[in-house]
Amino acid sequence: MGKAWKFGHDIDTDVIIPARYLNRSELDFLASHCMEDADPAFAQNVKEGDIIVGGKNFGCGSSREHAPLAIKAAGIKVIIADSYARIFYRNSLNIGMPILECPEAVQGIENGDEVNVDLETGRIENITKKAFFQARPFPPFMQELIKAGGLIPYVKEHKKNA
Amino acid sequence: MGMTISEKILAAHAGLEQVAPGEIINAKLDIVLANDVTGPVAIKEFGKLGMTEVFDKEKVALVPDHFTPNKDIASAEQCKILRVFAKEQQLTHYWESGQVGIEHCLLPEQGVVLPGDLIIGADSHTCTYGALGAFATGVGSTDCAAGMATGEAWFRVPESLKFVFHGSKFQPWVGGKDLILYIIGMIGVDGARYKAMEFAGEGIKALSMDNRFTMANMAIEAGAKVGIFEPDEKTLEYVKARAKRDYKVYNSDKDASYEKIFDINTEDIPLQVAFPHLPENTKSVDEASGIKIDQVVIGSCTNGRLEDLQITAEILKGKKVHPEIRCLIFPGTQAIYLEALRRGWIETFIEAGVAVSTPTCGPCLGGHMGILAKGERSLATTNRNFVGRMGHPESEVYLSNPAVAAASAIRGEIVHPREVAK
Repeated sequence: MGKAWKFGHDIDTDVIIPARYLNRSELDFLASHCMEDADPAFAQNVKEGDIIVGGKNFGCGSSREHAPLAIKAAGIKVIIADSYARIFYRNSLNIGMPILECPEAVQGIENGDEVNVDLETGRIENITKKAFFQARPFPPFMQELIKAGGLIPYVKEHKKNA
Repeated sequence: MGMTISEKILAAHAGLEQVAPGEIINAKLDIVLANDVTGPVAIKEFGKLGMTEVFDKEKVALVPDHFTPNKDIASAEQCKILRVFAKEQQLTHYWESGQVGIEHCLLPEQGVVLPGDLIIGADSHTCTYGALGAFATGVGSTDCAAGMATGEAWFRVPESLKFVFHGSKFQPWVGGKDLILYIIGMIGVDGARYKAMEFAGEGIKALSMDNRFTMANMAIEAGAKVGIFEPDEKTLEYVKARAKRDYKVYNSDKDASYEKIFDINTEDIPLQVAFPHLPENTKSVDEASGIKIDQVVIGSCTNGRLEDLQITAEILKGKKVHPEIRCLIFPGTQAIYLEALRRGWIETFIEAGVAVSTPTCGPCLGGHMGILAKGERSLATTNRNFVGRMGHPESEVYLSNPAVAAASAIRGEIVHPREVAK
């Protein structure tokens, strides 16, 4: 369970992690500047387990993997949006950051609402508003990949077990 | 059933006779690219895989272009990771400051990327190489690491959107930048999300390679996976002198299927300006006329090629940049810079009061060399005008072609080039 941080449409990777911080790639550093140009208070106030809610085309722009890395390192448990830009979608799963598409949930969640998300079933509960939404859950292998922490640890784990 | 050029390239690299949109394929890569921002993360992931060697030292390109010449100690450390890795792996395609250029100007110029190639790059503007008739798309660092390790990547075959430009006449000063901004204004920043954009028609045949690179470059600004052109005589002429290996020309079949076909009359397209803070906020230059600016940036992977500098030189020749404007020019590569120098354009720029820089991505991404303060406004020939893109989150970026940018540098506000060319 966590608090929802709501953003608008076309949230680009430049506002998720501005390029002026891309001369470094340590996760703590990236997290400390996450979403800075959209909400300067975000990085200071975000708590482990919070969620981000975005509109359409979330993560558009640059291919910087630093964007989902910064969000994950900031403690965000899941992103829910109307839709995602192509590279951001792939990058997020590759680093083990779960992201769900669910326009109904986006509409039914306001900034600051308490939200619970079950990644196994795709069920989203808005505790504040006592409402439920259903996103399409990830297939089992993708859930495993996310649990493993992304593509690289997932591949390594499977290489070991093979 | 017929296939599009995109489908044919993907099929050939997956060892398949036929592919269709929506199909997931695993395909062999011709080039894997990274830069000094995405490369260090990719190299770290490559190491975590337990890999010691890249799949082919001639097929991995590392280009330190974003924060170079090294902006500060932190960027110097990032570049060093690239340098050490390139040396360890004995990579053919690595360049130091002095030889390096902006990756998407450099790789085509050096013949590293060729028609028919399948390319992934850890940089969203990798789609630029579609101008050569290659299938090229941006990925993140993890996909790049996997590509460096295996020489393969998985793809979802995209649906194709076709943009047919009718007529070969353009309004004065209109170029590739205006055509692509016009399309993005029409379909929006997610109008081609996950899809292939294919550019065709008489209007496209009339365009130079430099203009085609500009268009392919900004396909990502509509969310596309690639912006692709069928190779023609101009493509082959460009490639002939540069290719050091075999390449293959693919064309779309007559009965290829498209999700949607857009018909556009080239003469209908006015000079474009994209307003903050999305490339889709396009208006005609006349609607932008009179907007005060503080800085003009000409260059980048979008408009840093020879023709861009030629138009800029023609407009600035014998004129002065407005005293309250900082005008910065970034040639895309050293070869472009040198040719501009030989043709006397660099002299023209400096006499006009322009700061000319060595090639770098610099200000385009708000990295260095031309950062905006709070409340400042830049007109730029770059590709993105997101919040904070060129500096302070409360600064603004407007996008245009080089002619509009150069004319506006003289006037001190956004203006149609005809106003200063009189």
